[in-house]
Amino acid sequence: MSEKLLMKGNEALAEAAIRAGCKLFFGYPITPQTELAEYMAKQLPKREGMCLQAESEVAAINMIYGAASTGKRCITSTSSPGVSLMSEGISYIIGSDVPCVLVNVQRGGPGLGGIQPAQSDYNQAIRGLGHGDQHVIVLAPNSVQEMASLTGEAFDLADIYRMPCMILADGALGQMMEPVDFGAHTPREIPEKTWATNGHKNARKHNVVNSLYIAPEELEKTVLDRFERYAEIEEKEVKYDTYLTEDADIVVVAYGITARIAKTAVRMAREQGIKAGLFRPITLWPFPSKELKALAGTTKAFLSVEMNMGQMLSDVKLAIDCAKPVTHFGRTGGMIPTPDEILIHIKKAVGGDN
Amino acid sequence: MIVFEKPHALTDVPFHYCPGCTHGIVHRLVAEVLDELGVEGTTVGVAPVGCSVFAYNYFNCDMIEAPHGRAPAVATGVKRSNPDLTVFTYQGDGDLAAIGTAETVHVGARGENITIIFINNAIYGMTGGQMAPTTLLGQVTTTSPYGRDKQLQGNPIRVCEMMATLDGTAYAERVAVDCVQNVRKAKAAIKKAFTLQQEKKGLSIVEVLSTCPTNWGLSPDKALDWLRENMMPQYPLGVYKDITKEEQN
Amino acid sequence: MAGILLAGFGGQGILFAGKQLIVAGMKNGKEVSWLPSYGPEMRGGTCNCSVNIDDEPIGSPLVTTPDILLAMNKPSYDKFVSKVAVGGTVVYDSSLVTPEEIRSDIKSCGVPATKLANENGFPKLANCIMLGKLMKETGLFDREYFCESLRAASPKAKPELGEMNAKAFTIGYEYQD
Repeated sequence: MSEKLLMKGNEALAEAAIRAGCKLFFGYPITPQTELAEYMAKQLPKREGMCLQAESEVAAINMIYGAASTGKRCITSTSSPGVSLMSEGISYIIGSDVPCVLVNVQRGGPGLGGIQPAQSDYNQAIRGLGHGDQHVIVLAPNSVQEMASLTGEAFDLADIYRMPCMILADGALGQMMEPVDFGAHTPREIPEKTWATNGHKNARKHNVVNSLYIAPEELEKTVLDRFERYAEIEEKEVKYDTYLTEDADIVVVAYGITARIAKTAVRMAREQGIKAGLFRPITLWPFPSKELKALAGTTKAFLSVEMNMGQMLSDVKLAIDCAKPVTHFGRTGGMIPTPDEILIHIKKAVGGDN
Repeated sequence: MIVFEKPHALTDVPFHYCPGCTHGIVHRLVAEVLDELGVEGTTVGVAPVGCSVFAYNYFNCDMIEAPHGRAPAVATGVKRSNPDLTVFTYQGDGDLAAIGTAETVHVGARGENITIIFINNAIYGMTGGQMAPTTLLGQVTTTSPYGRDKQLQGNPIRVCEMMATLDGTAYAERVAVDCVQNVRKAKAAIKKAFTLQQEKKGLSIVEVLSTCPTNWGLSPDKALDWLRENMMPQYPLGVYKDITKEEQN
Repeated sequence: MAGILLAGFGGQGILFAGKQLIVAGMKNGKEVSWLPSYGPEMRGGTCNCSVNIDDEPIGSPLVTTPDILLAMNKPSYDKFVSKVAVGGTVVYDSSLVTPEEIRSDIKSCGVPATKLANENGFPKLANCIMLGKLMKETGLFDREYFCESLRAASPKAKPELGEMNAKAFTIGYEYQD
């Protein structure tokens, strides 16, 4: 049995990355993810790695592009405004089929926004992380433990499917401390990186990492090939968690830190005789649509809870084909919903009074 | 007897460059240097966005195509994760000195052990003749149709002079490929730049004054004259930084 | 078992005190979480942290209705005392807080932690004195167990720090009005 350590979410993620064989970090300081970069700066030189502070997020993501193109595992972390700056590079990385892990420890926006926790980059992560027809795998941890175990998984997924994998966390998960067990992730089998631009040693044809296809027929084919891979991921890699959903009249849908708070609200509702349950997507892309749709057959209503103005809401409605009423409750701008507030909305959703 | 042979480090793909464009000469010089140093198999090149975007098709070493201006950052990622590889970027003036200025300055500041081949032809070629950061004052382009006016469009950037001020820059030389003698000098500069990289001296940059007959609206030979008469006074050829000379002193 | 809110000025050791509670909790086999407030001010601003110690997996890490409030300055006391759960406990630094309102439905305990810390020559350890009082009034952990945990928290190279923490803890634990 492995030992549990007390760590901050940002630090646990960094440690898990190093243990997953990631010895390269490129990033630019931004609150509230800075502990991650600091941990890397301290640890990597002692563990046969290298941590480099870039001149900007723009440069950082392109350093990742370069390092990842050589087949090495590498990671960058930032917070919301930094992701906007990285989106150009992310699109190139996607278009070049290069695996890497990206971390967004979200804070409130838009603009400079604030530095308190938020989930308002959901749409950006799911629908618009870069220009072009594209997806990245998006994992939403809800504890310090998952900040670690999903990081190991993120590297494996990125390598298996040759694409970026984003860990979508938030300021609370990054800053909070909980026990963590680094033995919780079992590494998967990784295909050989025959595509890598790491010097052909006069033993093979030259490799090219590239996202430019002037002929539209060629570009279309690369996109179609990529979407075939996306379909495979949607088939095989969906992750979710449920709590008391079997007999639930009202299913709360929430991810990340919000799912923790919603779980407390669900317990409170049960204590008051309301049959509430919790559905927690762990992969935000691919979204667990099928599994959510199955619940639409048994429950009476859904309540989507997020730290934003209702970004996952449309995915919940799409998943269940609007078969049951779906309402949204959210706080935004860095405000964290309380269990009491969620309970009020659970009661509203089941048609009771406040 | 072999009269002409293509360097091994060039592929068989025919160049797409316009007649009289000097990209082809510079590609060949880089490839000859890779051959002579015997490093093709351990080299990764980074192509820019601009006329030389397809450089990844022409060089036989492993190649990465970077976002516009980001080649130095991409090269940093390659080199830092594989310190034993030889890494070069091949960038034009818009890529290097406009959209990618920050990335360029910081590889100099950090003294990244990479080599930058910088093609300065004072114009944006691929997009069809717009003003570049190195466009001369008074020079007519499609976005400076009345001639570049320093009040309106600012002044041209002297890249080698600027990069020479950075402590991590080991070597900065400006060359031209307008005549046989200068082509020979350019090759020597490129070879020295790669050699200093192998010796882990820091950043090496070779700026090559180049022609763009198509967008300058001149015949190839007139373009070479224009380069000599107009570009060379603004961008004097020479070595602006050589850490090995400084070490000797 | 308990949701605990610790609050005070930045620099008073609020986060350290909170961490000592979860360290003791984890070693005792409990589920624990620690969530700090974080802000642009590094020193001198207000600072608080949410600590959960429970037998069940922790739901919300944010403590909004604390069972125990540890208040090390007046703004924190004033802001949070009304949130304490009925039947809960507030422990405050009586050298910095003079309560204007004492709730009758919670246990209210003052200890002049800052004054005692200064008098004993460890002005930075008011937080450990507060922890002593908290342990005495709530019985959250066994006195000796927690004291030992506090000793072990100091870096191996500086065991004297752990000793000081334990001493401050004891002063708080044994303090009587």
